[in-house]
Amino acid sequence: MSTSQREEIISNEKIIAPLSRRKFLGYAGAATGLMAGLAACSKNNSPSVDTGVDLLSGDFGILNYAYALEQLEAAFYIKVIASPYTGITADETARLTEIRDHEIAHREFFKNALGAKAIVALEVDFSTITFTSRDSVLGTAKAFEDLGVSAYNGAGRLITDPAYLVLAGKIVSVEARHAAYIRDLISNGSFADNTVLDVNGLEKSRTPVQVLAIAQTYIKTKINASNLPTS
Amino acid sequence: MNLNNIFGEIEKVDPEVYDRLDTRRAAMKGFANLGGKLALAAVPLAFGSMFQKAYAGTKSTKETVLQVLNYALTLEYLEAEFYSIALSKGILLIPMGAATTAIQTISGHETSHVAFLKAAIAPLGTAVAKPTFDFSGGSGSGTGPFLTVFTDYSLFLAVAQTLEDTGVRAYKGRAAELVKGGDLLTAALNIHSVEARHASHIRQMRKAAGVDVKPWITGVISGVSPASLVAPNYAGEDVTTQATINIVNINGMGTSVNAATEAFDEPLSATDVLAIVKLFIKP
Repeated sequence: MSTSQREEIISNEKIIAPLSRRKFLGYAGAATGLMAGLAACSKNNSPSVDTGVDLLSGDFGILNYAYALEQLEAAFYIKVIASPYTGITADETARLTEIRDHEIAHREFFKNALGAKAIVALEVDFSTITFTSRDSVLGTAKAFEDLGVSAYNGAGRLITDPAYLVLAGKIVSVEARHAAYIRDLISNGSFADNTVLDVNGLEKSRTPVQVLAIAQTYIKTKINASNLPTS
Repeated sequence: MNLNNIFGEIEKVDPEVYDRLDTRRAAMKGFANLGGKLALAAVPLAFGSMFQKAYAGTKSTKETVLQVLNYALTLEYLEAEFYSIALSKGILLIPMGAATTAIQTISGHETSHVAFLKAAIAPLGTAVAKPTFDFSGGSGSGTGPFLTVFTDYSLFLAVAQTLEDTGVRAYKGRAAELVKGGDLLTAALNIHSVEARHASHIRQMRKAAGVDVKPWITGVISGVSPASLVAPNYAGEDVTTQATINIVNINGMGTSVNAATEAFDEPLSATDVLAIVKLFIKP
């Protein structure tokens, strides 16, 4: 890893967790105990019951939900670029770096848009991913991108402010572009197959409950979606 | 789908649901009538539109929804016929193998979208008829700038990319009119993302053919030459501010201008889209 790459990773992580460079490198880009501590102490007032990070209600709840997913995606691609898989091509590096930057832009956008309503930085768990393996990395990328698209599509109906709906729309189509690209890297022509589309050629969307059940596997911090709108 | 269960669930959160729908029996009867006329695939949509009528306060009136769906149908007619003609040219236009398979896949989706939208429109009103298209982009003259679109593979891909990217923008441009639109909004979103997947793949096909494009849109770059031909299709894609938040180097993250434009696809107004689509329609 070059110095500039390392600096970039550090710069990308610094907003999430105020870590020393040494400690950060020691954890090789993964989330840390400090982040877990931050998440644990700021999410609720109850000293004994861990109800998880409250996404809040209404449109802010949906924005926090999106923010959580973007945090997950950004953390993943930061790690992918920090420790590229064996045999990565120059073109793949270029595209995956761009995807990383898009996800960081999404994450930071939601963070700023939410302001004081933003949830804390989430602690991720990538222990099931082999970052040296192309199959493992691209397989995970595909799962995350498809999940993201289905999440935005499913959450659209829960949004009440038209401006937020359009913003979600601006992001979801970029996630869909990512998804198609990653899928084609794995198997050319699988950009929109019947695992993600129904018989009418429509994407299969997911509710927040369905999405979080899948995403929680990769997020150590417990997420509490109980206040999200459901209709 | 067990309707009684669904009504039961709704009753839990809204005890007045039957007042809104007259009575449970009337609601079930109304739904049965609707369902009988519809393709099974569109039943959830009819269900959604029934509730839309029942619940006041939604911004999506029946007329708006009908308008938006017919707008979407027009775009899907255009895409469906475009790919259908292209495939009819066989290997004279599209190389055998992966390229043909991909175009068949996309073509199948567009045809399905047409059928789906027609079914969704049926209970709301009249579906627009399929226009007569002029894929030369000559507004019916047949001598527009894309005259060789079905004989020149690279031009075909360029137009395909432009249509897909524009389709994505078009759906986005009317999403706000479907806010709180229930199943209809979800359906529109579920088509919107598929168009984006298509756009991404077509862009990769172009890249494989030597054109310098990415799966996502950088600035207003189309990779189409001359760029002026498709300038209206990409106008505005270069914005770097979202909801007053500057995305370039946001929070010191080093986000480049290119990444800031790529990370968000921009909507296109109905007026702008119709001006573009007009070039492909014989009046």
